[in-house]
Amino acid sequence: MEAELREFERDADAWFAENTPGEPDFMLPLTFMEVGTDQQFEFLREWQNKVYSAGYLGAAWPKEYGGGGLTQKHQDIATRAMKKYRGPIMLNAIGINWTGPLILDIGSEAHKQKYIKGILSAEDIWCQGFSEPENGSDLGNAQLRAVRDGDEYVLNGSKIWTTHGHYAKYMILLARTDLDAPSKYAGLSFILTPMTVPGIETVKIKKLTGEHGFTQTFFTDTRIPADGLMGREGEGWKIAMQTLEYERSARGGQAGGYVLTEVDPLEILQLASKAKRDGQSVLADPVVRDKLMDFVIDAQAMALNGKRARISPLVRDCPQALPLMSKLTHTEFALRINEFAISLMGTKGGYYVDEPNAIDEGYWHRSYLNAFSATIGGGTSQIQRNIIGEHALSLPKTR
Amino acid sequence: MKISTEIGITEAQIDLLDVAENFCLDHSPIEKVRALMEDDLGYDPEVWKQIGELGWLAVAIPEDYDGVGLSLTEVVPIAEQMGRYLLNSPFISTTLAAQALIMGGTDAQKKSYLPQIVAGKAATLALSESNGDWDLNNIDAKATKDGNGYVLSGTKTFVMDLTSAELVVISVKLDDAVRLVALRGDQISQHAVRRERIIDEVKRSYELTLDGISVSLDQFMNENATKATLGHIHLAANLLGSAELCGACKSTIDYTVEYLKTRRQFGKLIGSYQALKHPTVDAFVGYEKARSLLYAAAFCFDRQGEGEVATRMAKARADQALSFAADRAIQFHGGFGFTYDCDAQLYRRCALFHASQYGDAAYHKRKLADLLF
Repeated sequence: MEAELREFERDADAWFAENTPGEPDFMLPLTFMEVGTDQQFEFLREWQNKVYSAGYLGAAWPKEYGGGGLTQKHQDIATRAMKKYRGPIMLNAIGINWTGPLILDIGSEAHKQKYIKGILSAEDIWCQGFSEPENGSDLGNAQLRAVRDGDEYVLNGSKIWTTHGHYAKYMILLARTDLDAPSKYAGLSFILTPMTVPGIETVKIKKLTGEHGFTQTFFTDTRIPADGLMGREGEGWKIAMQTLEYERSARGGQAGGYVLTEVDPLEILQLASKAKRDGQSVLADPVVRDKLMDFVIDAQAMALNGKRARISPLVRDCPQALPLMSKLTHTEFALRINEFAISLMGTKGGYYVDEPNAIDEGYWHRSYLNAFSATIGGGTSQIQRNIIGEHALSLPKTR
Repeated sequence: MKISTEIGITEAQIDLLDVAENFCLDHSPIEKVRALMEDDLGYDPEVWKQIGELGWLAVAIPEDYDGVGLSLTEVVPIAEQMGRYLLNSPFISTTLAAQALIMGGTDAQKKSYLPQIVAGKAATLALSESNGDWDLNNIDAKATKDGNGYVLSGTKTFVMDLTSAELVVISVKLDDAVRLVALRGDQISQHAVRRERIIDEVKRSYELTLDGISVSLDQFMNENATKATLGHIHLAANLLGSAELCGACKSTIDYTVEYLKTRRQFGKLIGSYQALKHPTVDAFVGYEKARSLLYAAAFCFDRQGEGEVATRMAKARADQALSFAADRAIQFHGGFGFTYDCDAQLYRRCALFHASQYGDAAYHKRKLADLLF
């Protein structure tokens, strides 16, 4: 086994060394949530497809559904090689990171046969229909109606912040199937929904960066096959929560790769070494040094948290704590380090994307503004603190 | 400078973590901690004896001197649990003095003292002075040639557990070079010792006046190892300090959470209010990060360079984590938090004391910045 893994590692390393594309002449998105142009979309779709075809995505997923049939160790090796050569992100994040694992865990045989391969190959792009204009953090109050009519559901309502809404072939949809349920949660169902049927309209939303990244999605008497129901009617909330655990990496089974580019504090160091203040390098400023050190230590602590989570004697007081706080710590870190990067630039902190004088083509500015997508999406940082407080520390619920 | 991203745990650490947790839980209930705070000695001699019998003093001492032959890596879980249950004893000061001997003692000194420490004798360090500098090389105490021997002068501060120590490793200047001297407890008259009032009332610290103490040449430690020894002590003290801070931080959070789960105001448990819940979670996140850094530092402590980086990171975050957690613990206990009876103050004082010894977070971040960029 060890020898076989080493060989796999050598092959993966060689493959990514040869096949990782260089920077295209347009700016690539930093995260899967920021795909704003068709050019970016096609580039990333082709890259994911190539990685999958080479056997380096979904390596640990079952072979009969399109996976590699190998082990998680194999996939981890492939992902490390991808990181080493700084390959572009995986595009079909909602498919590979949360829909895929969910279908493999609780989906029917037909679901697995139908969806898994397309998720990995990026042929079938997935989006998520959870948030609504009036129900964001209070997700359990979602109101989009799904009424059963024979072999179909009829949908009416609207979802918002639909990443890849414009491109997606399928959606994981949280819909209200029962208005008379004993609680708001019990009236929800979880449905795998085609996006290419009549009665669905996607309207692009312009983000704070000025780019397009997601849509509002309108459903008007939309008829979809009822066989997309996951679990049973009324189990939607439970399944949505399971989905969010995949999203927040609190539960494993993802196909591999990465869907966000993480900022390495050492990149900030490079940036800082170029920036001047009063004729001197900003790196000579003790306040800058102190702040930079905080980022270096935090990045180190987060990486170590991830490793310690797997050392059971060191997490026995509260085994779920480290996975639960992973989303909060990483997304807040990304926000703050990008903000810090801009603060180092002096006058050039005032430039933005497409300005030729901007440092790194405005990368840091765009990155900072886009970083809010992760501190807000998937449960805001404030909701994360409620979750950690209630689940890891057993504090009383906030309602 | 390389940053190690490794973390692991040894079999011995797993065992010691278990045993230490149970021992400290059993032998240091908070009522006993409170009682010992009023006691002049400040610890329970019977507990100290048992610590010796458990072999914890021998853990990081080489087998050649009757020790177990492990390292400070394995002392970390012990120090962490002592910090968690505020169990005071000369364990940390003795362990650090033993490290000074291992690194900088002559063969004769090692042979003489290390087996005694293994057998349960206490020892300590006398390195700080009234200038308050964390740089252990910045000292004024002196040794002056006097006939066949040397006479000492000057004053050392923050000598922990001095009245129990049978060996005191002191630093003095001899001909302008810093030297370490292995002073026997019986060379110190009780008039030379004054108990210091320190912010952490669980611990015991003393001022030591060296004036007039005579020492022989063979009490000087290895001249060529002074710099390395002081560097090692600085890092070792910070490693074990981080462990105590992390342990105390765990207790602080548990203590706060317990109150947030039982205290009601406006008809609700106060832990349901986000104004209290969210900072408590932030304290918890700070603790978990600090603990990861601690066990990573323990894991690579013996590696040149990487050990220093990891230890300074651990101390910086452990200091910040407990300072924040205990500060909020006082605040969130409301009026009770302002009283002496509320344990939150014990933890806040613990953090303040550790920040004052061997460098606080800002100091270590500056050192790290100099090492890394």
